[in-house]
Amino acid sequence: MTPSDGLTRRGMLMKLGILFNAAVAAILAVPIVRYLLSPVIRERRPGYESWLSLGSLGQFPAGQTRLATYRNPVAGPADGETANIPCWVRNVDGQKFQVFAINCAHLGCPVRWFPQSGLFMCPCHGGAYYSDGSRASGPPERGLFEYRYKVDQGNLLIDAGEMPTTGAPTARLINVSGGRPPCA
Amino acid sequence: MRLIKNVGDWLEQRLQLAAPIRETMEHPVPRRTASWAYVFGSAALTVFILQLVTGILLALLYVPSAGEAWNSLQLLNHQVSLGWFIRALHGWGSNFMIAIVLIHMVQVFLFGAYKFPRELTWIVGVLLLLLTLGMAFTGQVLRFDQDAYWGLGIGASIASRVPVLGPWIVKLLLGGPIIAGATLSRFFAFHVFVIPGSLIAFVALHLLLVLKLGINEWPMPGRLVRRATYMKEYHELTHADGLPFVPGAVAKDLFFSGFILLAIAACAAYFGPFGPSGQPDPTIIQTVPRPDYFFLWLYAVLSLLPPSMETPALLIGPVIALIVLLALPFFSGEGEKSWKRRPIAVLTILLVAVAMGTFTHLAGYAPWSPVMDAWSGEPIPTRYLKGRTALERQGALVFQAKQCHNCHALGGAGGERGPELDGVAVHLTQDQLIRQVIQGGGNMPAYGNNLNPAQTTALVAFLETLYPAGQEPARDASRP
Repeated sequence: MTPSDGLTRRGMLMKLGILFNAAVAAILAVPIVRYLLSPVIRERRPGYESWLSLGSLGQFPAGQTRLATYRNPVAGPADGETANIPCWVRNVDGQKFQVFAINCAHLGCPVRWFPQSGLFMCPCHGGAYYSDGSRASGPPERGLFEYRYKVDQGNLLIDAGEMPTTGAPTARLINVSGGRPPCA
Repeated sequence: MRLIKNVGDWLEQRLQLAAPIRETMEHPVPRRTASWAYVFGSAALTVFILQLVTGILLALLYVPSAGEAWNSLQLLNHQVSLGWFIRALHGWGSNFMIAIVLIHMVQVFLFGAYKFPRELTWIVGVLLLLLTLGMAFTGQVLRFDQDAYWGLGIGASIASRVPVLGPWIVKLLLGGPIIAGATLSRFFAFHVFVIPGSLIAFVALHLLLVLKLGINEWPMPGRLVRRATYMKEYHELTHADGLPFVPGAVAKDLFFSGFILLAIAACAAYFGPFGPSGQPDPTIIQTVPRPDYFFLWLYAVLSLLPPSMETPALLIGPVIALIVLLALPFFSGEGEKSWKRRPIAVLTILLVAVAMGTFTHLAGYAPWSPVMDAWSGEPIPTRYLKGRTALERQGALVFQAKQCHNCHALGGAGGERGPELDGVAVHLTQDQLIRQVIQGGGNMPAYGNNLNPAQTTALVAFLETLYPAGQEPARDASRP
């Protein structure tokens, strides 16, 4: 055994030992990373969304905008009240509806509806929206987030389950121009 | 006495720590560093220890569950003996910690302490600043109230703007699709395990570097740092004209640390704990979320930036700031240390301080936010109603009923989102008022769809009466 060739029995065993531990670490990393990524890679498709009832149509009179709440479809025992999500339901003309997320399209604060002036106002950074959800003024670059809805057996159902944010795919653009409506 | 000595000897035989501890305590420091300017690092360490102790005390009763956290804080505030005081110590300790860390950083920057050979000390310090801010934000989340809930929403909205990865980052941040139990649990894990663990490790490294490289000497104008000669010069400074850290320089550190602890306790006893504000129930939308003190400047920036600049500023700004801070010792590692000959360094500090101070001050009263209840809670001053016609008074009613007051102040009350209207008739003619109300513009929504002609006529008639005594209302020069 000559030390000059750089490969000794002890050195070789140590390298094998390090290699062995690296392999074990890699094997362990797979379940750990998968566990950490579980909020992103969900087994159930498609995503977190499902159809939820907001109640009977009678609660939403024609021409008015009312606050509705639903229990988030993905909720655990520790969630408490945080899984009760509000949204704004606008009954346009008795036939057509619009359901807006509570979250301002700027940074997610809860917008409030003022029927007298027909505006949604945000208490945080001063965003304002018209009754149809389109942007009126302030920092938001777009209109309010809007849920898909359907009417089934006299109930209003929306497709929800995920907090809408500016960059999230569930945030549907409803007013691309961002300007005020024509002939306002 | 003999027993204590025997136990001490028994331990020393095994640990052999007496000599290194004595050497550390008595290591020589430059004479002029025994100064009140050098007490902020040790004060930050003291407050950190206070935070560890009070944090553990709070964890004895705090329940990190979205359904129970708020109730457990109420229990601490109102039912547990002196629970409110421990919460107040932890909350005020957090504010003091951030203030002291920032002052320490400014002092180190102005004294050129980040230059050779203390570059790594500075870099570890920058990481410590980030971790401290991380503790502040996660701590605000653990006070699981309305501000925490909507603050998380703002954090998620910012994260969602990251190109491509945004939606995934949001779900990882929240631990699921919405702000709920998993969100609080992971912020608890970060606030209690991950960040404090990292802080302890980096504080140890920071202190080790201070001991290995020695405390920065008092900068003298004209005494330049050169890599080739600095170590020799510093050795002379400490050994020819130095004094031992203990007891030579430590006295001021001790007094200042004690004073800071006393100040925190006084604030805690006098002002009490922070919150919690309302329950974290998202269906309670009558809320005006505000960030904690040290993030108010960010709140102002987010309100005042032009919309198109917001996303780049949010995503690129912090990265640039971090790169500048980390790279500082490498492009300015030698040369002049004294602030007296570094005008740009002094101006930078002044500029940042004035900017942060201004933004914080602005965020204190948030002129950009509508006052959500001004239309029903702030009456129109009687002087604007006395002696007016029926139409003008009807217009004042429209002004209130259509929430104009939420964004426009009258008589010093109401929102400041739009201009105050006490003298609006001096600036705008009747036609201009009608156009502005109906079409909006400038940052104002259009009211054309929400006012009938009679309401518009009344509102404009009221607005035309709003001009100060001694000034003429605006007239359309094209009309007789």
